[in-house]
Amino acid sequence: MIRVVLPAHLRVLAKVDGEIQVQVTGEITQRAVLDALEASYPVLRGTIRDQRSGKRRAFVRFFACQQDLSHEPPDAPLPEPVTAGTEPYLIVGAMAGG
Amino acid sequence: MSSVRVQVGTRKGAFVLTSDGKRNDWDVTGPHFPGWEIYHVKGSPADPSRLYASQSSGWFGQLIQRSDDGGASWAPVGNEFRYDGEPGTHQWYDGTPHPWEFARVWHLEPSLDDPDTVYAGVEDAGLFKSTDGGQSWRELPGLRTHRSGPSWQPGAGGMCLHTILLDRSAPGRMFAAISAAGAFRSDDGGGTWQPVNQGLHSEGIPDPAAEVGHCVHRIAMHPARPSVLYMQKHWDVMRSDDAGDSWHEVSGNLPTDFGFPIDVHAHEPDTIYVVPITSDSHHFPPEGKLRVYRSKTGGDDWEPLTTGLPQRDCYVNVLRDAMAVDSLDSCGVYFGTTGGQVYVSADAGDSWAPIVRDLPAVLSVEVQTLS
Repeated sequence: MIRVVLPAHLRVLAKVDGEIQVQVTGEITQRAVLDALEASYPVLRGTIRDQRSGKRRAFVRFFACQQDLSHEPPDAPLPEPVTAGTEPYLIVGAMAGG
Repeated sequence: MSSVRVQVGTRKGAFVLTSDGKRNDWDVTGPHFPGWEIYHVKGSPADPSRLYASQSSGWFGQLIQRSDDGGASWAPVGNEFRYDGEPGTHQWYDGTPHPWEFARVWHLEPSLDDPDTVYAGVEDAGLFKSTDGGQSWRELPGLRTHRSGPSWQPGAGGMCLHTILLDRSAPGRMFAAISAAGAFRSDDGGGTWQPVNQGLHSEGIPDPAAEVGHCVHRIAMHPARPSVLYMQKHWDVMRSDDAGDSWHEVSGNLPTDFGFPIDVHAHEPDTIYVVPITSDSHHFPPEGKLRVYRSKTGGDDWEPLTTGLPQRDCYVNVLRDAMAVDSLDSCGVYFGTTGGQVYVSADAGDSWAPIVRDLPAVLSVEVQTLS
């Protein structure tokens, strides 16, 4: 299971508290994790990435293992601690005013 | 016993205000969707329990929420607004071609007779329709693909389709207004559109009388006399007596004819309301006095309505979707400010009182009259 931390607004939308877990089959990539996340929580479709292009929304960031993965290719493998479930995959609302 | 339910969209959530027909004592619920921008909330005329809300965020994009119990509970519905085909370009602020990009839903207009049918006006300007209660949306591309579309430019707030009027007397007739393209009319349910801007005069564009390019802020119609339209333009208050085919100015004795909202009394088609704002560079009332102006003659002759409104040191704005009227015997008029006040007048504007004073900046106000 992949551990995922959502920003507060998306936790409210998805009606979850704290960290969640998603089951990912095949290679563990950002795209695969987000696909699994959206399959489990359809309300999140369009809130993290564009529904058509899959492009990350401008003010959303992806972190894991003290690294910013936001600009990594979506099909690149995630770090081993994320795939092993020892570290969470963080979806973060960028600090940008408001 | 009649009652009213006011839906308020703000920069940080939605609020529902309810009162009996006296409109003196109010219950306030909210914020619904706290922290999100709620550009618009509106109920279905065909089923008052059915409400639609536009929920958006610069971070997380667009959602549409639906309530089937008058706003007590909400559930997200479809949020995919995909332009039909290859969307092409419009003009950017610098005059260069810019791809049409969806940003948000500004306005939701439920059908007059089917609670599952609702229209959405979006930025970049386009008109969408749902016939399944908001679960799915498809564009009515005839508006965006009008031959003039590539020449449209955004206003300062973005290129938004902010006004949708449905004509109950003429099936298929509807109006839309876009900043800064102008007003458009369809007579076939949104399939095809024509600009209806003849008579508008805008000094800020190269050809002041151009077919399109006018910064229309709002248009309003009385349902009993739908051929008469009223318009608050960037500058000028305008009137059409032929369903938009031609317009003439009715700014008359207003202290300034800049403003955003305009609305019509529920029972008097010639009684209209505006909120004059100093100028396009000073988005606050003249002299720090918050005044609604009322004309009982369909324009030209205006009177200030000040009782109960702040008459000193007031520097709020009233945005285009933030005025509404109820249909009780004594018509109620409502408006919200960027300072977070929502005012009500239960006597058609003669006197005003705040329902709430300290909400986030108000983006929209709608009211339902319930029996």
